[in-house]
Amino acid sequence: MSETSEPEYLKNLRNPILIGRNLKMYFSLARSLTEIIMRRAGRVVKAVDGVNIGVEEGKVSCLVGESGCGKTTLGKLMVNLYKPTGGELFFKPSKRLYDQLLNEESVEKLKLENGEVLFNILNLPKKYAKPLRREIQIVFQDPYGSLNPRMTLREILEEPLIIHGYEDKNERLEMVIRALEDVRLTPPEEFISRYPFQLSGGQRQRVNIARALILGPRLIVADEPVSMLDVSIRAEILKLMLDLKEEKNLTYIFITHDLAVASIICDYIYVMYLGRIVEFGETDRVIKDPKHPYTQALLAAVPQPDPSGRWKIKELPIKGEVPSAINIPPGCRFHPRCPYVMDVCKRDDPPYFNVGENHYSACWLNREEAR
Amino acid sequence: MALLKVEGLKTYFYTLRGVVKAVDNVSFELEKGEALGIVGESGSGKSTLGFSLLRLVPPPGRIVEGKIELDGQNILELDEETVRKEIRWKRISMVFQSALNALNPVKRIGDQIADAILAHEDVSKKEALERAAELLKMVGIDPGRVNNYPHEFSGGMKQRVVIAMALALNPDIVIADEPTTALDVVVQAQILNLLKRLKREYNLSIILITHDLSLVAEIADKVAIMYGGKIAEIGPSDEIYKAPAHPYTQGLFASIPRIGGKKELKWIPGVPPDLRSPPPGCRFHPRCPYVMDVCKRDDPPYFNVGENHYSACWLHREKAPESAGS
Repeated sequence: MSETSEPEYLKNLRNPILIGRNLKMYFSLARSLTEIIMRRAGRVVKAVDGVNIGVEEGKVSCLVGESGCGKTTLGKLMVNLYKPTGGELFFKPSKRLYDQLLNEESVEKLKLENGEVLFNILNLPKKYAKPLRREIQIVFQDPYGSLNPRMTLREILEEPLIIHGYEDKNERLEMVIRALEDVRLTPPEEFISRYPFQLSGGQRQRVNIARALILGPRLIVADEPVSMLDVSIRAEILKLMLDLKEEKNLTYIFITHDLAVASIICDYIYVMYLGRIVEFGETDRVIKDPKHPYTQALLAAVPQPDPSGRWKIKELPIKGEVPSAINIPPGCRFHPRCPYVMDVCKRDDPPYFNVGENHYSACWLNREEAR
Repeated sequence: MALLKVEGLKTYFYTLRGVVKAVDNVSFELEKGEALGIVGESGSGKSTLGFSLLRLVPPPGRIVEGKIELDGQNILELDEETVRKEIRWKRISMVFQSALNALNPVKRIGDQIADAILAHEDVSKKEALERAAELLKMVGIDPGRVNNYPHEFSGGMKQRVVIAMALALNPDIVIADEPTTALDVVVQAQILNLLKRLKREYNLSIILITHDLSLVAEIADKVAIMYGGKIAEIGPSDEIYKAPAHPYTQGLFASIPRIGGKKELKWIPGVPPDLRSPPPGCRFHPRCPYVMDVCKRDDPPYFNVGENHYSACWLHREKAPESAGS
């Protein structure tokens, strides 16, 4: 088995909590006047274009890529905030929901070799929408824009509880206090009636995390949670998130453009380019021995805190910028920017080659060395 | 004589809820063809310092004290009209922070660059547009695109256009305020290469304002670390990166995530000071791991800790000579 286009590699997962197969998310653009007159079809943005992904339970999986690569769209897909154009998304819910879904005939099930069953959550009956939302939560990127400025922290954190049917006011208050303690906003009494503008960026992001955690989820999608914070406090938030993962048995899907951050906190890295995953594997393998030319370029471009290189112009293996997801190049979608482009790249989309233990790369260069 | 000499600069904001001392007694020098990196967290006053150098501090802010000498002439003593005509953009220009929004969306790129030229020089529109095309070429854009609109450009190219605008009048100094924050890492590296090339080929002086120490290392000859409106440490970049003297600088270095380094997460505990009521003594003392009694009481002077390397921390008291300014 050296190449695999079907999600063959998904079978190697040890303990998956989420499996996406051939996920697609297309956004159609409004047709322009010329298009209508010329009777041309409207154009489509292929934000996510055939993603196969497996997320191991209890681990941190990173989606890495430049802006416009579809990482945020994929993240929102996994939280059920978008309904994908195509594909399947299987999830392993908590015991309670698991038992209910097992008896539901209409729900598509995926049985793994180890006997576990995952459920396709894309077409669940409506009554499961809320119970499912409790289990998969999201932390948004912008700590300034994602909190309502007119609500106190208590109101912000109570809102999900009210929506999910916690009627006892005292119980809610207790949960809010516990959530604030969880994210180390202590003493909670001091923070509970504050408004977002009275908090620093780091404190706001703690509130965002508290809001995601308050319903006791199993899976958290964190969309660039520290990219808008100062470097000096980023690590503090990351450490908090990692601690909470251990305390509460969470699984993270961490979306970032920063390979340095990913290399420190992630167990697995998925490198995305133009709606597709081009390389993935255990973090150390991907960082120390990147196989895809795009991953190599991303790593080479990271600035180093060493002034001795300031005299020379840095050599960048790739040129230009990410093309628009409206006109995805034929063959390998990276070929127009690739320094090693071959004829086959312009013609055929590369499958995933197994380039190491649990390490895959979608590049024709890896054809020879693949196992 | 240094090209630019800033001495004891104070820029305060007079808000209803108190006076914000955004830039509080800042001094430094910049030579021709030199790149200075100004590094600090948000709220450290680094952007206000940049605006002060152009005399563009927005109200209720005001430059209250100090000198900004350009070739020995204090531009704070000039009247606004002279600054507008002779200094701003002609001698010192700026690449603004939100560069992606800095362009007028309904105006052709060439016209926007030509505007800056026409406002200062008595040339025809045609000549100005020719110069605009040349400027585009200088920053690595096909001059044939002079008639395009901003939406036809990618993020990195818009950033190049904004840099071209800053170069329109051939200034001595370009201030770049977080020129790459909105860009991807590959494009960021391309823009840095462009700045390096301009510095080398045109002997341009650059002031790079950023929160990212790694970014500064890629270009700066000299680095100033700002904290709470003051420069905590300033010196040649080789020295600062090899042997950071101030505990704040050391903390900043430790908190940079590095690829291939130890998988440790380190940070500086606490939050930056509120500049309406900064802590007494050293402004960093509430977050400093080495805090002593004197730090809570007295603001430290600059100590000379190396060649042209100064640090404002009481820890150096024993070993290094005190210095009046930096």
